[in-house]
Amino acid sequence: MNVATEKVSSELLELVPEEKLALDRILAENRDRPGATMVVLTLTQEQVGYVSPAAQRYISQELDVPLSHIYGVLTFYSFFRTSPIGRHKVSICMGTACYVRGGPTLVEKYQQVLGVKLDETTEDNRFTLEVCRCVGACSQAPVVMIDDDIIGRVPLQDVAKTLRGYE
Amino acid sequence: MAYRAHVIISGTPEQAQEVKAALMGKLDTLGLNEEIEVREATGLTPRSVTMASRGVEAVVYPEVVHYAGLTPAAAELIAEEHLLKGRPVQDLFFEEHPAEPLDAPSAKEVRVVLRNVGTINPESIDDYIAEDGYAALGKALTEMTPAEVLEVLKTSGLRGRGGAGFPTWLKWSFARAAVSDEKYVVCNGDEGDPGAFMNRRVLEGDPHAVIEGMAIAAYVVGAQEGYFYVRAEYPIAIRTLRLAIEQARDYGLLGKNIFGTDFSFDLEVRMGAGAFVCGEETALMQSIEGKRGQPRTRPPFPATSGLWGKPTNINNVETYANVPQILLQGGEWFASMGTEKSKGTKTFAIAGKVKRTGLIEVPLGITVREIVYDVGGGVLDSRPFKAVQTGGPLGGCIPEKHLDLPVDYESLASVGSAMGSGGFIVMDDLTCMVDMARFFMEFAQEESCGKCVPCRVGTRQMLEILESICAGTGKPGDIEALEKLGASVTQGSLCGLGQGAPNPVLSMILNFRNEYERHIYDHKCDAKVCRALIEFTIDPPTCIGCTRCARNCPVDAIAGKAREAHVIDPEICIRCGICAEVCPVDAVFVE
Repeated sequence: MNVATEKVSSELLELVPEEKLALDRILAENRDRPGATMVVLTLTQEQVGYVSPAAQRYISQELDVPLSHIYGVLTFYSFFRTSPIGRHKVSICMGTACYVRGGPTLVEKYQQVLGVKLDETTEDNRFTLEVCRCVGACSQAPVVMIDDDIIGRVPLQDVAKTLRGYE
Repeated sequence: MAYRAHVIISGTPEQAQEVKAALMGKLDTLGLNEEIEVREATGLTPRSVTMASRGVEAVVYPEVVHYAGLTPAAAELIAEEHLLKGRPVQDLFFEEHPAEPLDAPSAKEVRVVLRNVGTINPESIDDYIAEDGYAALGKALTEMTPAEVLEVLKTSGLRGRGGAGFPTWLKWSFARAAVSDEKYVVCNGDEGDPGAFMNRRVLEGDPHAVIEGMAIAAYVVGAQEGYFYVRAEYPIAIRTLRLAIEQARDYGLLGKNIFGTDFSFDLEVRMGAGAFVCGEETALMQSIEGKRGQPRTRPPFPATSGLWGKPTNINNVETYANVPQILLQGGEWFASMGTEKSKGTKTFAIAGKVKRTGLIEVPLGITVREIVYDVGGGVLDSRPFKAVQTGGPLGGCIPEKHLDLPVDYESLASVGSAMGSGGFIVMDDLTCMVDMARFFMEFAQEESCGKCVPCRVGTRQMLEILESICAGTGKPGDIEALEKLGASVTQGSLCGLGQGAPNPVLSMILNFRNEYERHIYDHKCDAKVCRALIEFTIDPPTCIGCTRCARNCPVDAIAGKAREAHVIDPEICIRCGICAEVCPVDAVFVE
């Protein structure tokens, strides 16, 4: 997975106050765990929504782990992002079952309705569109995950309607 | 607290909440709140999954009355009529298959691992204990020596359910034999195969069974600490598991001096972060250690040098979940199911082009045909059966001629497929085997960790060839090149991902070579999937001019006035197929 292509805007180079607050809490609770790097990074991703370059540097200093190691871990796993995403994440499942049952058509439809390509965010910052690997709801294929909601077997003409519930 | 009746509600979270609130409010007014328990089904139910069309569903126990399409008002009616006056509300009954409750296992199923899934509340340790939960751990700790536990497991013939099928007792005995003051047990819950969700259901539906299995393993190998590695894509499983661990600690079933013995054991959940290769045991341990999840050479095996260099026993979710039942019911009982070399039951996630998708558990040795037709209800829309993909992106396909093959580790391997963790994807005549191979190769290529060159570069080369065949630019010699490359990738890779990545392609070439040749030499995709090789047209007499296709076309390739036949411009058309999908009269044809 490649996160290097994401643009790094200059404001991400400094920690914002809420970000620092979250990081300090996460670090305080987990710094002594064995294998703390992964734990801290996943919690940061979960709670902040991304691991900014500033956060990477801060975690590296606090855990006394080289920045290169942090960056290596971040770019290895597809779960991590280094810049913020839209308010809602639309992930279309491309697992085998969904693929067979029309996942690719669903991608076309969402791109058309949202007016963005995969891995892009709408201009109003409302939605980020991406594909994901199997979410384990194969009996409802094809499946779309909007934030934590799993939506299965949505007829194509209802796609726009489905999105209306997410402001 | 004993209840007279239970109501289990399922549906999309918000709607189910509304209905539940209305029902509980009404029960309160009627003074029934202490007699009737209302619960929400957690996660997805195994067979039925809530579909938008059925809305909120509720099942009233003990009489098992199934309601569907519920609104808050309907819930209040049920409270008043059914629960107070004892008159089920027939108008609200779920009608589609009235004779057959949706969660009922088919006659061919035997549930060991899934025995509690969907029937107990996974968030209540008391529910699990009521079903003999932790009795096996108690028995092991107070009545059996570790060697005796191993003996029972050996009799049972249990083999690793993660796919490789290594005898569980043997694996445990290696870790037991290793000398160290610190040892670990690890549970591999990084279920990454697309199309597989067996472990997810077990973790969400019966987490204590897995915890109990791990504790027994820890007792046998002499470990004090354990790690659950669960993929980040399963937030409900992670939450359920963390809660279950806390409850077990509160009851003294985890922690120090369990059951008053000198055995102490505790567990921690670690989240994966979206890397398929972490399902490989050495990569998984790297990930727990906080590193990039790259596999390392074996030997040394984890049993001698695993997590932080200490002896480690690592098994899959389903393997651990089997252990308590084996200890309670005996090794002979388990060995009475299955075939000579593959004992017990196996969970499968049936998906793809099959009528009844979902999770099943069947005795090993059942035939592919029985799973597809008897348990799965046959191919969707009664189309011709083409193949089944087992073993996920590292497995292979089983064509029609092997429909009567028994499903066990050796038989599946003998036809070029693999047991894998339990994905079972049914494909019909509208599935293109070149496109399918391309899909799996794309997955493997993307998930290759990059450590071994044959895997990193080889999968990309193979993907490019497959892409060109799908695009209609395949050349003579491509099939042979795929076979040759596949062999080198398998030979030259360190872990299961690289070794297995060429499998889908090779098994599809083996069984459907003709389809590859049709793509390359005739530029035809008979399944009408490969976009470059097909064309969409609208049949003028059938078209009613409803304009739906034109409105839904993403590239405005369809012209035509309302109530007149529409025409697709093949130059603009991107062959996405949306028009065919939305056409109310099936006037769109694919050539």
